[in-house]
Amino acid sequence: MSETFDTVANFHATKKEVEYVDFETAKEADYNKIGFKCGLEVHQQLRTEKKLFCRCPASTYQKIDEYDAEVVRHMRPTLSELGEYDGTALMEFRTRKNITYRLKNETTCTYEIDDTPPFKINTEALKIAIQISLLAKQSVVGELHIIRKQYLDGSIPAGFQRTGIIGIEGEIPLKNKTIRLIQLSIEEDSAREISDIGHERVYRTDRLGMPLIETVTYPEMLTPQEAAEACQYLRFLVRSTGNVYTGIGAARQDVNVSVTGGTRVEIKGVAHIKWIPLLTHNEAYRQVALLKIKEKLNASIKPDDWKMNVVELDYSKLTSSTHFVIKAKDENKKLIAVNLPNFKGILSYFTQPGQMFSNEIADRLKVIGCLEHPNMLSSEMPRPEFFFADGDYIRKALNAGENDAQIIFWTDEYDRQIATETIEERCLMAFDGVPNETRKGLPDGTTIFERVLPGADRMYPDTDSAPIRIPEEWIEEIRQTLPHDVSDEMKTLTEWQVPECAWTYILRNNLMMMIRRINYETDVPFNFIAKLFSYDLNHLEVKFHHLVILLSQKYWVCSAS
Amino acid sequence: MADLFKGYKGNALEVLKKYKIRVWSDAVVSTTRGEFAGIVLPRAENDDDLHIVLKMVTGYNVGILVNTITNMIEEGYKEANYKIPEKEFPYSAEKPNVKLFGTGGTIASRLDYRTGAVIPAFSPGELYGAVPELADICNMTTEKLFAVFSENMGPQEYITLAKCIGKEIENGIDGIVVGHGTDTMHHTAAALSFMVQDAPIPIIMVGSQRSSDRPSSDAALNLIHATKAAAESDIAEVMVCMFGPTSDEYGLLHSGVRVRKMHSSYRSTFRTIGDTPIATIDKDKIVHIKDNFKPRRKDRDVKILPYFEEKVAIVYYYPNMQPDIIDSLIANGYKGIVIAGTGLGHVNKSIYPAIERATAKGIAIYMTVQTLWGYVHMFVYDTGRDLMAMGIIPADNMLPEVAYIKLGWALGQTDDLEKVKEIMLTPISDEITEREPYNGYLIFQGGIPEMEAYLKRIHK
Repeated sequence: MSETFDTVANFHATKKEVEYVDFETAKEADYNKIGFKCGLEVHQQLRTEKKLFCRCPASTYQKIDEYDAEVVRHMRPTLSELGEYDGTALMEFRTRKNITYRLKNETTCTYEIDDTPPFKINTEALKIAIQISLLAKQSVVGELHIIRKQYLDGSIPAGFQRTGIIGIEGEIPLKNKTIRLIQLSIEEDSAREISDIGHERVYRTDRLGMPLIETVTYPEMLTPQEAAEACQYLRFLVRSTGNVYTGIGAARQDVNVSVTGGTRVEIKGVAHIKWIPLLTHNEAYRQVALLKIKEKLNASIKPDDWKMNVVELDYSKLTSSTHFVIKAKDENKKLIAVNLPNFKGILSYFTQPGQMFSNEIADRLKVIGCLEHPNMLSSEMPRPEFFFADGDYIRKALNAGENDAQIIFWTDEYDRQIATETIEERCLMAFDGVPNETRKGLPDGTTIFERVLPGADRMYPDTDSAPIRIPEEWIEEIRQTLPHDVSDEMKTLTEWQVPECAWTYILRNNLMMMIRRINYETDVPFNFIAKLFSYDLNHLEVKFHHLVILLSQKYWVCSAS
Repeated sequence: MADLFKGYKGNALEVLKKYKIRVWSDAVVSTTRGEFAGIVLPRAENDDDLHIVLKMVTGYNVGILVNTITNMIEEGYKEANYKIPEKEFPYSAEKPNVKLFGTGGTIASRLDYRTGAVIPAFSPGELYGAVPELADICNMTTEKLFAVFSENMGPQEYITLAKCIGKEIENGIDGIVVGHGTDTMHHTAAALSFMVQDAPIPIIMVGSQRSSDRPSSDAALNLIHATKAAAESDIAEVMVCMFGPTSDEYGLLHSGVRVRKMHSSYRSTFRTIGDTPIATIDKDKIVHIKDNFKPRRKDRDVKILPYFEEKVAIVYYYPNMQPDIIDSLIANGYKGIVIAGTGLGHVNKSIYPAIERATAKGIAIYMTVQTLWGYVHMFVYDTGRDLMAMGIIPADNMLPEVAYIKLGWALGQTDDLEKVKEIMLTPISDEITEREPYNGYLIFQGGIPEMEAYLKRIHK
């Protein structure tokens, strides 16, 4: 019985079963068929001098090894306003992370590390947020209520982010449809992660507390391309105010994806709009694959009857010399084998290009179990040397059946239980289809598990702040300062006969007022100036990147005046 | 009727009545700024009457300006019922028994819609539900004595607390934890140090600087440390157990008569003044810093001395203080005054006559220092000698707050000023120490290179 499973063949066969369509050849009809749906949460840093709830400078950054002091925190789950624990909170608590914050005196005061209550909200930031809310045709609230949104991953030392709704509803126009907005909130930015290894996670607190807005759309984008288009429009919109930061990390989006029968999965922190289409495409098909797995599993066994068997292996009985195992032995780790009934063919089931179901388990072992990659071997590895030699011993020790699959992992006693539970939990979730989770996008267009998706239970009123009134006078005053509507500017560009391929550069860099001004002062035709900017300046920008960014920021100042 | 509109008043109340909308209604509100939908929440009493608060389906709350409202429709009703999940606290015969007295404060708290602030919640089941680690340390029972914030603690509460502690000791408890708001924890700690003498077990006061409804709260760890100290430590004194650094690393056990809250919001706010703390504590161990403490005993002997004279005041001296401040205390029948004087224990000449009037009336006046660190030395300058001649008694290195509590306690026992003086100047614990160790005064100055290098190395 020592012949091994043909993992590669199974991977390709299951990819076919999923009816995976390559991104390059996918058509709208393909997305309609799987019921692709996408919504956006677009984060944008506001251009203010100081942070949102304290008087530290905004947008001053520190290098990784540049810090004056360290503070250590652990996060514990707490109850929501309605008396419930949040799922993510409990998961983060199980991971038992030591969180270290590296503080630089210049950028961090006692507020950021939650050793002092918030100061009065930054009015400058508040007014910019209202301006953008009005531009997006939203209903602006009468009173801003600061809410605590829990984050137990440590990205905020308090364990929660202070946030509040500025406006709700509203809409943005795409080429062929209108996308509705759910809300726009003002919030504080999070700390930047430096590293996350085993039980130690390290952050720096420079970015923490910078004013940020989050614009949330309804899940109304029905193709990956529409998602990118909506994101692009929102970017033009916020930049048209001239009141937002640009550059790496100043704008980040979370992209929500679901398919028919699937679940909302959030791809966090996508740094570039051009990454959105491929990421959402792959996530949609990952969900389709997980739904197929669900079908298969439920046809073979009832989840209630599914029992995982776990044994500790005896190093002396192993014949193979896989270096992971040798290393584990050297480090005095325990070698644990798990039997997964009826999972034969599931572990190597296609989920994303280059990834299979066992990756879903391995990623959770890393995040929840704190076991660093590579953290497991399985009976369905692409290169099954280990099992080839010791498969019989392992299967016998586990009392494994013909249709079962096996996983081996190595751990110290401290992490053993959580790791075992994590494997069991993910396998049981496979019977339900697509787990609620947030995932991290990789540059190759695939995603990996990041955390369990939090729910409304993580919201709690901020008992440290009183409601903040947004008076009618403010609304009136801000209405006077609104820039032209982006959709109107698009019409203007059409009237000026500027080719569509030139629009992105002009709108992204907020150059419309500049073009009008040059035309006013020199009588050079709009069309010529627009093309000069978007072709020639764009070309220069590629060559002398930083210089042009600097220049364009100067333009904002003069174009706003 | 008023209850339907919890907290709403004036204009907002009129609007709710007009559209027949009550608190907890699931409502759709049309306004000139657009349409909003959500559950109408109660309004905090001190907030204005111009807004109505909605909780939206996303969990966010928003306020709606009433004069923009054009219509409201009730579509449902959903009352929130906040409750900390209770789990029965496990019992095991081998574990020590600890009693936790609640006085209020933020050890366990929940939201209060009336004020928008947090209010305390407390029972063994709730605590176990929130901090299950406690069950690994001891068997715990709890008793809620009061539900007040620490600024509302006073002599009556000190006396009740002392008596309850006495009874628990008699009944054989192994350790006592007192949950307390942090603002006046050191006053209560001093009061208990004087009212509960020669206890055979540890009496630990604990609180939190960040309420337990936030994930980064110090409440759970402080409570774990305090419970461990009560259950396991061999130090039978009244102590305050709070964070050492602001990091989640270890706690300090401070003498109840030398401890003071030194920062309005930092977690590491409690410091021992003029001495070192008694011990450090973390989840695994208690490490002694001092070894001259009163040890835990098996007997059940304890002296409960529940006395307090309320007509005692602290006067914090400032330049150009006028004599009428002292005179008003005389006129109001005060029996004792603790002065927090400048430097070595001084006040200006212009209040001398008032001080003479006070001592002539038989008011006990004790001098402490507003520098907090160091001893009163009234022989060094003429001012000090003059003041002593007028009857002011130097209180050595007793902290002003401790001297205030002790004077109230002493005058509660006797009117005989000689006896009062004997009580005041005979240390019961370490409220007066014979010597001040060189490491009893440490306020590091940030910015200095050596200090910065040190800060980078330790966890603040």
